[in-house]
Amino acid sequence: MSKIRVSTTINGDPVEYLCAAEETLLDVLRDRLGLTGSKEGCGTGDCGACSVTLDGRLVCSCLVLGAEAEGRQVRTVEGIAEGDQLHPLQRKFIEHAALQCGVCTPGFLVASKALLEKNPNPSEHEVRFWLAGNLCRCTGYDKIVRAVMSAAAEMREGR
Amino acid sequence: MRYEAPKTTKEAVALMAKAKGVAHVLAGGTDLLVRLRSGHVEPDLVVDIKRIQAMGKITPVASGIRIGGAVPSALLGEHAGLRKAWPGVVEAAKLIGSTQIQGRATVVGNLCNASPAADSVPAMVAAGAKAIIVGPKGRREIPVEDVAVAPGKTSLRKGEIVESIHLPKRPPRSGDAYLRFIPRTEMDIAVVGAGVSLTLGPDGVCRQARVALGAVAARVLLVEEAAAALIGTKVDDKALDKLAAAASAACRPIDDKRGTKEFRIKVAGVLARRAAKMALERARRGK
Amino acid sequence: MPLDNPKGQSFRLVGSRPNRPDGIDKVVGRAKFGADLSAPGMLVGKVLRSPHAHARIRKIDIKKALALAGVKAIVTRDDFKEIEGDLRDVSRNVMARDKALYDGHAVAAVAAVDAATARMALKLIKVDYEILPHVTDVEEAMKPGAPVLHADLFTQGIEPTPKKPSNVAKRHEFGHGDVAKGFAEADVVVERKFKSEAAHQGYIEPHACLASVANDGQGELWVCTQGHYAVRNVCASLLGMDVSKLRVTASEIGGGFGGKTTVFIEPVALALSRKAGKPVKVVMSREEVFRASGPTSSATVWVKIGAKKDGRITAADAVLKYQGGAFPGSPVDMGAMSAFACYDLEHVRAVGWDVVVNRPKQAAYRAPGAPISAFGVESVIDELAQKIGMDPIEVRLKNAAREGTESSYGPTYGSIGLRATIEAAKAHPHYKAPLGPNQGRGVASGFWFNFGGQTCVSLNINIDGTVALAVGTPDIGGSRASMCLMAAEELGIGYDQVRTIVADTSSLGYNDISEGSRVTFSTGMATIQAARDAVKKLCGRAAQMWGISPEAVVWENGHAKPAGANAGDFPPLSLADIAKVAANTGGPIAGHCEVNAEGAGVSFSTHLCDVEIDPETGFTRVTRYTVIQDAGKAIHPSYVEGQYQGGAVQGIGWALNEEYIYGADGKLQNAGFLDYRIPVASDLPMIDTVIVEVPNPGHPYGLRGVGETSIVPPLAAVANAVSAAAKVRMMEIPMSPPKILKAMGAAHRR
Repeated sequence: MSKIRVSTTINGDPVEYLCAAEETLLDVLRDRLGLTGSKEGCGTGDCGACSVTLDGRLVCSCLVLGAEAEGRQVRTVEGIAEGDQLHPLQRKFIEHAALQCGVCTPGFLVASKALLEKNPNPSEHEVRFWLAGNLCRCTGYDKIVRAVMSAAAEMREGR
Repeated sequence: MRYEAPKTTKEAVALMAKAKGVAHVLAGGTDLLVRLRSGHVEPDLVVDIKRIQAMGKITPVASGIRIGGAVPSALLGEHAGLRKAWPGVVEAAKLIGSTQIQGRATVVGNLCNASPAADSVPAMVAAGAKAIIVGPKGRREIPVEDVAVAPGKTSLRKGEIVESIHLPKRPPRSGDAYLRFIPRTEMDIAVVGAGVSLTLGPDGVCRQARVALGAVAARVLLVEEAAAALIGTKVDDKALDKLAAAASAACRPIDDKRGTKEFRIKVAGVLARRAAKMALERARRGK
Repeated sequence: MPLDNPKGQSFRLVGSRPNRPDGIDKVVGRAKFGADLSAPGMLVGKVLRSPHAHARIRKIDIKKALALAGVKAIVTRDDFKEIEGDLRDVSRNVMARDKALYDGHAVAAVAAVDAATARMALKLIKVDYEILPHVTDVEEAMKPGAPVLHADLFTQGIEPTPKKPSNVAKRHEFGHGDVAKGFAEADVVVERKFKSEAAHQGYIEPHACLASVANDGQGELWVCTQGHYAVRNVCASLLGMDVSKLRVTASEIGGGFGGKTTVFIEPVALALSRKAGKPVKVVMSREEVFRASGPTSSATVWVKIGAKKDGRITAADAVLKYQGGAFPGSPVDMGAMSAFACYDLEHVRAVGWDVVVNRPKQAAYRAPGAPISAFGVESVIDELAQKIGMDPIEVRLKNAAREGTESSYGPTYGSIGLRATIEAAKAHPHYKAPLGPNQGRGVASGFWFNFGGQTCVSLNINIDGTVALAVGTPDIGGSRASMCLMAAEELGIGYDQVRTIVADTSSLGYNDISEGSRVTFSTGMATIQAARDAVKKLCGRAAQMWGISPEAVVWENGHAKPAGANAGDFPPLSLADIAKVAANTGGPIAGHCEVNAEGAGVSFSTHLCDVEIDPETGFTRVTRYTVIQDAGKAIHPSYVEGQYQGGAVQGIGWALNEEYIYGADGKLQNAGFLDYRIPVASDLPMIDTVIVEVPNPGHPYGLRGVGETSIVPPLAAVANAVSAAAKVRMMEIPMSPPKILKAMGAAHRR
C-alpha cells in the first residue's frame, strides 16, 4: 500500500504529510501531526468532538479523508488562540464554567467560532440548533450556551 | 484502497467504468466513511468528485434549477433562489445530521445511498426532481424516485454517476414542505418523513400535488392516492383527512429500533397532513 | 473532622467562582487525555470480541494471526492466570476464560505496528465457539429453565441456599417495622410495577491507555480513569506483578460518571506490552464502549405505598430486580437502601434481587441503583398524592425525613437538607408558573449517601511562598479549583498562589477512586488538614526565627504573627519570608494528611420538571427544569451548579430516549451515538439550579458531596410530568414517543 502525499494548510501554516488512502483527517491530525486537540469520540460523525473547519466550513474530521485536505485550509482548536491571546470564546468558556471534563470543548469551540463568523447575533435557539452536532455529557449544555452568547455579545461590541 | 480525485466528469466516469473490484463515488463521505471504518464496505477504489467544478455548483437553468452532485447540503440553504422556489427541499437538506454533517453531505449522495429514511429524498420526489446520470454510454435522466431500488441499492449501471439533480421550474402559487419525525430534536435518522409539493390555481383550487413518504417502506413512496385527495379541492380539512388516511394506508413499514409499525403508520398520516398545510400556506403566500 | 463553626461560617475565598487552574489547557487543546499520549516504538493494540451472547470457547487458534507481518504479540486467556477471590469476576470480564458471556466479551487481543495490521490480525484469529442459549432480560433470567450463566452461582441471602445453580446471585432486604400492619392502617394504597431499560454513562471519551512494561517487569501505565491507585492494584494482581513495580499516571479524563472506576482494556494492554517488549496503546472504539464497558442495570421495580387520608404514609414496600450483566454485583442493594431514604417511616421494607444475564458486566453509573428505585417510589408518591387529592409537594413535606429519622436503610439521620429543598421547590417561581395545553409538571425528590474513604494529600511550600498541592484523586468535575480554594483559604493566601496537580501512584500514598461524590469532601478534608499541618510547621519556623516558643505564634491573613504584645514586637512573616530561609530553619516545609475520611453527609435533591407533548405523535420535550439540592457548603458554586445540571440532563436522557436495545439473538443493536440517544443541545432548556446549604456536621466547612444526587430524581420528575401531560401513568423508562402515543391511545379508548 503506497501512501498519498498531501500538501495543505493547517491553522495558517503550510504542512505536508504522507497518509494511507483510508486514513481520516482526524487520524492524520492526531497520529501524524501531533495535533491531539481534536478528539475521537465516536468515529461516525455523531458527537462533533473532532470538529474542524475545512475551507471555512464546519465539518467532522473523522469523516474527511486525509487525502481530501490537499490544497485546502484546515483550522483546528489549536489555531483559535492568536499567540498568547485567547479568543473571546475560549475566555468565556472558562469564565462561565462551560467545561467540566473538557473533552468536548475543542469541538464546541471550533463549532461556536464557525457559528459566530456566520451569525454574530444568534438567539439561544439558533445556538442550540447549530451546536446540536456537538455532544456534551457533563454540563447539560446550559453553561456552554451562556458562554457562547456572552462571547457573541462581547465580539459585537468590538472589545 | 486507491484514492483518485479527477477534475472532470468524463474522467470520473472512466475511472468508475474501468474499475476492477469495488468502486465507490466519494462526495460528502458522511455515509461512505462510516461504512468504511466499520468494515461494512472495503472499496478497492474511491473516486472523489469534489474537484470537478461542474459538480460543485447550484445552477439556475431555463427549465428550473440544477444542484450538482458534489454540493454540500449546507449550500442549499445559502442559495436565495433555491430557498424561494423550493423551501421544502431546502428544509429537508437542513435536517440531514448536524451542522457538521451538512457541511459535507450532499443531497445527491443522500439519494444514491438509497436509504429508505434519507431526509432529502421525499422532498425531492415530491418536487418532481430528476436525476441527471452520466455514464460510459452517455447521459440519461430519470425521476429521482427511480434511483433507489432497495435499501442500499440503486438502479445505476456500472460506471454511471449522478452528475446533478434537476428541480423543475416553479409555477406561480406553488409551495412545498418537508417534515420528519425523530424522537430528539436533531441528529436522529427519520422515523417517518413526509414531503408535499402542490400548486394552486388562481381560484385557490389545487391543480397539482405530489406526496412522498420516507422511512415507511423499502423505498421512498410516491403516494398518488394522497395527492389525488388534494387535487381539485381547496385543501380543506376534509381533503386533508383523506390525504392523511391515504398516506397511512400506503405505508409498508417495519418494526425496528427506531419505531414500531403502528407508530409509523399513524405518524405518516399526521406528518403528511401537517406538511400539506405548510405547503398550502407557502403556495398562498407566493405569486 | 467536625464542622468548624456550627453557629455560622464566613469564608474569604471558599464560595467564590474563580477560573479553574486547568482551564486554559482544555480550551487550547493542550490538555492530554487517555488517547493523546504516544511513545517511541509504540504498537497499536486491538481486542477480539465475541459476536455471541453466550458461547463456550472451545479453542482459539492464533497461528495465522501471529504469522502476519507486523504482529508483535497476541494474548488470550492462556496469558492470564486463573484468579479467585475478589478479583475473580473482574479478571474473567477482562478476558473470557471458558465462556463468552455477552456480545462483545473480550476473547483475545493483538499488538501490531499499526491499526490496519492489528485489525487484519483479528480477522485471522480463529475461535471455535459452541453457541449456547442466552438470556438478556432480568425477569426471564430468574425463571426456572432459563439458560444458566455460571454453574457455581447459588443464590445467597435466602434460607436454605439452593442446591441448583441459577442466575439469581443474591437477595437483599432492608427496612424496619411491620409493613403488613402499616398497610392495614392505610386509607389509600397504590401499587405499581415499573420497568427501566439499561443506560450507559455516555462519556464522550472512549477508554484509552498506553502501557509500557520493560524486560525487568517494571510497568508504566497512562490511562483515563477515575482511580489510578485502584487500577494499579487490580492490574498488578491480574498480571502477577508487585504493586510497587507498576506506576500509573491518570490522564485528564473525558467523563466517567462511574464507568471508569474499573478496568477493561488496561490489563490487556499491559499483558501485550510485556509480551511484545514495546509500549502498547489500546483505545476502545465507540462501539466497543457500548458493547463491552460497563452500562448500568435494566430492572423491574414493584412499589406499594399506603397512606392515611391526611397524606401520612403508613407503610412502604418495594421489590427490585436488577440485572448486573454477566457477573454478580448489580447496584440493587444501593437501589433498595436508597428507595425510601427520603421518608420518615415507621413500617418500611425494600427487597432487592441481584440477577445475572448475558450482557456486559455493569459498572457504577452516578448514584448506582438509586435513580431506578426512585423512579418507582417517586411515581407512586405522585399517584398517591393524586388519589388523596393533595399537592405532591405537601405529601412530601408531610413525610420528609428529618434529623432524628431512622432511615429506611438503617442509620439515624443527623442534620439533613431534604425539607429545605422541598420548601425551596414550593417557593420557587417554577412551581407557580402557569402551564399551557399539552403540558404537565412533575416533582420528585432523591437521596444519595455520599462517601469518604482513603485519601492522601501532600502540600508543599515553594521557595517563593507559593504552594504546590499534590492530590491523588483524578479531577472529574473541577475539583482542582476547589482544592486551591480550600488550601488558599486555610493558608490565608491568594487562590492564584496554589497550584494543584493530580499525582501519579508513585508520588503519594493510596487514594480511593474518585467516585461516591467523595472528592471535594475527602480530598478537601485532607487538604484542609494538610494545610493546618503546614501552618503549624510554619508557625514553628517563625518561632525559631524569632527565638520564641511556638505556642506564642499565631497564623493570620497568610502571615505568622506573635500571639500578643508579650510574645515580642516582630513584624509578621509571610509564607514567602519563611520559605526563603527554610534551608536554615530545618529544611523543606510541607503539610501532609493520610486519612480514611469519615463523616460524609448525605444529600437530598428535589426537582421540578415541565414537559410538553405533541398528542398526535407522542413527541415530548422538556420545557423547564429546576434542580434544588443541598450541598452543605458550595466550595465553588459554578462547579456545584455544573454537577446539578449534568446529572439532571443524564436523567432526562434516560427518562425519554436512552436504552440498550438487544435483538432476539442477544446482540446489542444500538452501539453508537446515532441510536443510543443522549440529549443534544437543542433538546433542552436552560437548567435552573438552587444551591441549598444545610451544613454537614462531619466536615470542617460543612460540605456534602454533590456529584450524584442530581441524577436520582429526574427519571421520576420527568415521568410524573409526562404522566400529567398525557393524563396516563407512565411506568416504563425510557418514555419514547411510540410508548407515549400508545399509552395515550390506550387511555383514550378506555
